[in-house]
Amino acid sequence: MAKLKSVTPKGALKDQWTNHKNDINLVNPANKRLIDVIVIGTGLAGSSAAASLAEMGYNVKAFCFQDTPRRAHSIAAQGGINAAKNYQNDGDSTFRLFYDTIKGGDYRSRESNTYRLAEVSANIIDQCVAQGVPFARDYGGLLDNRSFGGVLVSRTFYAKGQTGQQLLLGAYSALSRQVAKGKVTMYTRHEMMDVVMVDGKARGIIARNLITGELERHGAHAVVLCSGGYGNVFFLSTNAMGSNVSAAWKAHKKGAYFANPCYTQIHPTCIPVSGDHQSKLTLMSESLRNDGRIWVPKKKEDCKAIIEKSKRAEDIPEEDRDYYLERRYPSFGNLVPRDVASRAAKERCDAGFGVNKTGNAVFLDFASAIVRYGKLEANIKNVKNPTDKQIKEWGRAVVKSKYGNLFDMYKQITDDDPYFTAMKIYPAVHYTMGGLWVDYNLMTNVPGLYACGEANFSDHGANRLGASALMQGLADGYFVLPYTIGDYLSKDIRTGAIDTEQKAFEEAEQNVQTRIDKLINNNGTKSVDHFHKRLGKVMWDKVGMARNEKGLKDAIKEITEIREDFWKNVKVPGSANAFNPELDKAGRVADFLELGELFAQDALDRKESCGGHFREEYQTKEGEALRDDKKYAYVAAWEYNEVPSKAKLHKEELTFKEVELKTRSYK
Amino acid sequence: MKLTLKIWRQSGPEDKGAMKTYPVEGIDGDMSFLEMMDVLNEQLIEQGEEPVAFDHDCREGICGMCSMYINGQAHGPKRGVTTCQLHMRSFKDGDTIYIEPWRSKAFPVVKDLVVDRSSFDRIIQSGGFVSVNTSGNTIDANATPIEKENADKAFDAATCIGCGACVASCKNASAMLFVSAKVSQLSLLPQGDPERKSRALNMVNQMDEEGFGNCTNTGACSVECPKEISLENIARMNREFLKASVSKE
Amino acid sequence: MANSYFLKNSLTKKYWMAASGLFLCIFLLGHLAGNLQLLLPPEKAKDAFNAYALFMTTFPAVKILSYLTYFSILFHAFDGILLTIENNKARPVNYAYSKPSANSAWTSRYMGILGTAILVFLVIHLWAFWAGMHFRSIPTYALADGTIVKDLYSEVYNAFKNLPYVILYVVCMIPLGLHLSHGFASAFQSWGLNHAKYNNLISMTGIAFSVLVPLGFAAIPLVVYFMY
Repeated sequence: MAKLKSVTPKGALKDQWTNHKNDINLVNPANKRLIDVIVIGTGLAGSSAAASLAEMGYNVKAFCFQDTPRRAHSIAAQGGINAAKNYQNDGDSTFRLFYDTIKGGDYRSRESNTYRLAEVSANIIDQCVAQGVPFARDYGGLLDNRSFGGVLVSRTFYAKGQTGQQLLLGAYSALSRQVAKGKVTMYTRHEMMDVVMVDGKARGIIARNLITGELERHGAHAVVLCSGGYGNVFFLSTNAMGSNVSAAWKAHKKGAYFANPCYTQIHPTCIPVSGDHQSKLTLMSESLRNDGRIWVPKKKEDCKAIIEKSKRAEDIPEEDRDYYLERRYPSFGNLVPRDVASRAAKERCDAGFGVNKTGNAVFLDFASAIVRYGKLEANIKNVKNPTDKQIKEWGRAVVKSKYGNLFDMYKQITDDDPYFTAMKIYPAVHYTMGGLWVDYNLMTNVPGLYACGEANFSDHGANRLGASALMQGLADGYFVLPYTIGDYLSKDIRTGAIDTEQKAFEEAEQNVQTRIDKLINNNGTKSVDHFHKRLGKVMWDKVGMARNEKGLKDAIKEITEIREDFWKNVKVPGSANAFNPELDKAGRVADFLELGELFAQDALDRKESCGGHFREEYQTKEGEALRDDKKYAYVAAWEYNEVPSKAKLHKEELTFKEVELKTRSYK
Repeated sequence: MKLTLKIWRQSGPEDKGAMKTYPVEGIDGDMSFLEMMDVLNEQLIEQGEEPVAFDHDCREGICGMCSMYINGQAHGPKRGVTTCQLHMRSFKDGDTIYIEPWRSKAFPVVKDLVVDRSSFDRIIQSGGFVSVNTSGNTIDANATPIEKENADKAFDAATCIGCGACVASCKNASAMLFVSAKVSQLSLLPQGDPERKSRALNMVNQMDEEGFGNCTNTGACSVECPKEISLENIARMNREFLKASVSKE
Repeated sequence: MANSYFLKNSLTKKYWMAASGLFLCIFLLGHLAGNLQLLLPPEKAKDAFNAYALFMTTFPAVKILSYLTYFSILFHAFDGILLTIENNKARPVNYAYSKPSANSAWTSRYMGILGTAILVFLVIHLWAFWAGMHFRSIPTYALADGTIVKDLYSEVYNAFKNLPYVILYVVCMIPLGLHLSHGFASAFQSWGLNHAKYNNLISMTGIAFSVLVPLGFAAIPLVVYFMY
């Protein structure tokens, strides 16, 4: 494969996107009708891309594995979406959002892409409001904002703790409108099984109808992957049960480079693991850190008492509490970026200050926020000498209005009421910054194959800031891809419909069928979940929040062994020609077992610590991540190899013109 | 704890289906209901039987995919939760639990507990949107202030997760709460105003065409709704539809 | 008729169901008000009630209203039967175990049954009095002004002196009350009249209506039977 070309436009950062739009080729409206585009996934990126492409006139086929496009996992995003609107007049700007994102990503993202993201961010809010997305508003009827980790301004737009849901339903409605018009054909309960390559270009897919088990051939002039992240390689994550790497991994196998797989975001505020039966972890929005204070007891005997339930959080006096984020990072306090907050929690728990039976939990406490809000309310209500009880009651009401659904969810899961006692939280795998390598046009190195949203690697570097995932998904889908894809498709106006009877399709289908047969006829003894859990444990223990050379080498070895065992001993019940969720899962886990190895290899190869990638060997005296900009300021794009740890590394050097590389400091 | 599960098994849309009984052991109160189902399925796979097919995805109560009728109630006995957020501490040792799929002509069974809810998609496609292009050339988001009360009410309606519990709970298998939540959301916002009449007419007609029953105001839908969507929305849709049908040419 | 303008879609069915129901509520009030004359001592009541009966059967505006009432009853029943059939079709396979008591009032789920009970009562009731007034030959009575009319009062009086009939009449007021207890407020919801400020008023009025009106009707035969 050729050298990686990011096709970054010339000129100053702030002019690049405008210049690029002026320079690229367009397809005239009449010709768009002759062009088919396939979109995989219907989350924020997929729904918005499919809707926008259809609106421009392309014929779109959209695929999702859920029973309706509205259930894609973007729906679970809670806290909000960033946009450089500067409605609060607190000094925000496109540049500041760009800068925060680059810095938050620990200087491992591509400047041009990130700047463009910041540039189109404001448009997203306009667009969503026009679609009827009910963002939170103040009493004057204008949009409200909140603050998120890693920034010093309030630029996050939100809809209670359900922002992702509201945005996705907005995109889903735009998609539904195009389905009704007949411009999008929607394939629900379909899984992409392979990308079909014709003459070096992506020309279609093999999909499996998950209800009948039938394999289908779909031809198109371009294929857009919006298939999300691969956090489920850890088995336990905040991802949905069905979230998977398969589409991206199949693309990788067909030549697309996988970039920075080791950049994983471990979200600091999740509900801790409660037992072996656990199937997934639940996030508590980062927005909670606006008001919640994170702490552990200073004394180990207090930790012990809490674990034994002889004491509760509220019994520990103020002077015996260690608000370790406020202590270590006085300027950002509880609102440090996610990677920093997560590692700090791990550090305290590893030191023996954990507060639940697994030893892996810290407190997120709203007691002081409740009192603070209660006093404010007393002033608003003009009550001169409020009682303690009144203050707390009013304070709780304010907290409820901000985070009610999150508190309810916490109570459902843990049976503890966070209005009255501190929450227990612990970091969990949440988002993957890595993904398919894409150029400025969001095209992978495979012509005609695009990747948007979490499925690509481009905008967040080594760590993503809160409320930026929604921003990226929608930016890619609404405002970037629909334009940039024209540059490639302009050469396809005379191609005509793609013939799905040709050899490439036949071969691809045959390969998919062979693999399905192998899984279903394996007659092993162990369930798919058995292998997934084993993989997850290796990943979490050795490729998780802190990594080291020995652990990573062991991990590669162990993952190889699990993979071999999987293909020998996995048992998939039922038939291939019917609705069979176990079979779907088996295919996905098989891909995770390959990705996991590449993931560990990437982590092993990157001998520095940056953002979500923390190598124990490379840290400052204070335990902060230690980057090596001389050697590692590049994107690691891996070319597929049958043995994933032997994949070939291609480097895209990162050059920074507008920002100066500094040690990230939130102190 | 030990439980006896009575589960609807149906191999496909053509199969007649029947309730089958399964014992399950080693269930912990901290498990979610779906994790209990995972335990059962692991057990069935081990015994060489086909696991029970059920829909689920996010397991945090927001995607709307899980859909079980548990002991005679949609999403089980607790209020305001989806099946995935129902925890086994709501049951006790020795309990018998009935688990059935949503029952409605408009939600045909795909397999076991899995039903086809594409009728909901078609209702949204008939008008559950604002016809604005995604070109980005819209007016500034703050150009039109929206009364907070209306914005909040629109949000409350918009929290519908499309799970179908309303249909499952309604004795008439009516989809009024689902449809009215979308009609309400968009009629409460200025952005939805230009199409309010055609939206109400089209969505109601599509709802009828799908074979959902008629609303008789029993209120069961709202009580069982995991997002506690208010009946006020149904009334609002009734108003919208009435206005539209007498005035739309 | 099912595809007519009145019933062409689910919401229109609701509107007319509510409209006919509320109209019948008004009818009930009027009917009760007229019937309260039966509480007067027999000698006074006989003249007053028979004069009232004459007015009700001859005054043109009342005639129009009475045709509207017949139509409303028939329509309300037809609409109800239609709804019941359609709603049953909407769930071809029933639950093995369902617990609707957890989420809705009993009365709201059995409107069809309650309505049927009321309909049966209506048939008996109409046969006894209305048919007598209109079609059968019954004894006559001379009003104070000398007009000769059918003596409906005596028909009613005799009926209300008949214990099985009194029991039937009183018992049948129970389904009426239950039907009204859901139907009254439900009609407002169907017309979209749901507002936090007025919901309480509507539901309280509904409850009061569903208790007082049937009680009023039940009181008449009891008073006649035991006191006169």
